[in-house]
Amino acid sequence: MDFNTSAELIALCHKENKKISEIMRLREIVYGESDAATVDARMKKALGIMKESAHAPLTKTVRSMGGMIGGEAAKLEKRRAEGKSICGSVLTKAVIYSQAVLEVNASMGVIVAAPTAGSAGVVPAVLFALAEQFDISDERLCDGLFTAGAIGSILMKNASVSGAEAGCQAEIGSAAAMASAAAVELMGGTPEQCFEAAAITIGNMLGLVCDPIAGLVEAPCQSRNAAGASNAITSAEMALADIKSAVPFNEMVDAMYRVGKKLPMELRETALGGCAATPTGCALKCKIFG
Amino acid sequence: MAFISVFEVIGPNMVGPSSSHTAGAASIARLAWKMMHEKIRRVNFVLYGSFAQTYRGHGTDRALLGGMMGFETDDVRIRDSFEIAEKEGIEFSFVANTTETDVHPNTVDIEIEDVTGRRHTVRGESIGGGKVRLTRIDGVKVHFTGEYHSLIVEHKDHPGVIAYVTTVLSKCHVNIAYLRVYRETKGGIAYMIIESDEEITRDTVDEIEKNPFVKDTMLIRR
Repeated sequence: MDFNTSAELIALCHKENKKISEIMRLREIVYGESDAATVDARMKKALGIMKESAHAPLTKTVRSMGGMIGGEAAKLEKRRAEGKSICGSVLTKAVIYSQAVLEVNASMGVIVAAPTAGSAGVVPAVLFALAEQFDISDERLCDGLFTAGAIGSILMKNASVSGAEAGCQAEIGSAAAMASAAAVELMGGTPEQCFEAAAITIGNMLGLVCDPIAGLVEAPCQSRNAAGASNAITSAEMALADIKSAVPFNEMVDAMYRVGKKLPMELRETALGGCAATPTGCALKCKIFG
Repeated sequence: MAFISVFEVIGPNMVGPSSSHTAGAASIARLAWKMMHEKIRRVNFVLYGSFAQTYRGHGTDRALLGGMMGFETDDVRIRDSFEIAEKEGIEFSFVANTTETDVHPNTVDIEIEDVTGRRHTVRGESIGGGKVRLTRIDGVKVHFTGEYHSLIVEHKDHPGVIAYVTTVLSKCHVNIAYLRVYRETKGGIAYMIIESDEEITRDTVDEIEKNPFVKDTMLIRR
């Protein structure tokens, strides 16, 4: 029941006549030396934390540890509630929730790393935006998390999900790939379409550098979570329309990893390049750390 | 390839903002806390690399202290760990070592003393995504992750000690998953790390402690 690549996972889905989420859940029960009830309870708990962190900042604003972010979700929610949003319901909500989770994270609130803390807003943002529009149950959202986890595990095995190792493309890029595959499955797509969406997403985020101002998980991480969530939704839309990625998923994963390895150390979470090295970025660092 | 649990991807559940600088820090300290038998009296954290540079902005200090009181990575009390530790009467301090650079970027040395005066120094590294490993115990190089039920035996490097310990474990029906022995000098202090699928009971440890060359034991439940 275990798999290392997209091809192996798709083959398993066909052989067992199951969705990616079902294979991933069974795999966890068998190889994680656990039982169905424990696995399901654990996933439900993670979903609950995600839900709380995606919604709480809409009404209650808290400042981050570094003081660079806080209140973005509430500002966006105000516009949405007034009917002024230009994105449409799903995308607007995804942007709002992605900002909310990063606000909770940056103020030492409880979040679920998915796959990392810095990219924790992407997967819940996409799931809850879809759930509210299409009336998707919590149980099915947990399926979405298993699918997201399956894509993430392949990325961990064959590339990296660490900004320090392969840049933001590996971190928020991976989160977005996970979210797009989950969205496709929840909206009735095939396992193949899940991987097309994930491949398109990674391709669209290829080369993105990790350059956190003052080394903190605040800016530009927060707004990039919105970019990741938007990317996931547009790729899912394309895959559901049966559009294919020019480069298949496994090759795209290799490309992402090779690009990541070529990024200079300044652009891999060291806060020595990109946004962090701008005059404003340096001034903010001095202000925060003295 | 090693099995990756879905909860390593969708997880850990954690207090933010950083899996390596916050969750990892809490996990290292919690592992060190589990090694002590008694209540902690005093703890000093020496931070290296990125930990030393950015610990305030990441709440690394609060997470370390929280872990030292047994808090898990998603325990909201981490935010208030300074106040809680003061109330509990635990003395704590943080030192940033920015001169030593030949270490993993996210490294901490934890110098611990419990209320009975028992002392240990543990070095931990946060290796990404909240995963951690201990790499030194009292200056001796080790490799330990706490993923299994574990027993650490501090003993004199002397013939027969390993045989004695494994015999006791065998008698108590403990199946050893991994066994590693570390020492600095011949005939000096050595550390044996036993990792097992089953929980190791207090009775088993008491039996091991009867050996005159065994100096100390640390029982760590998964």
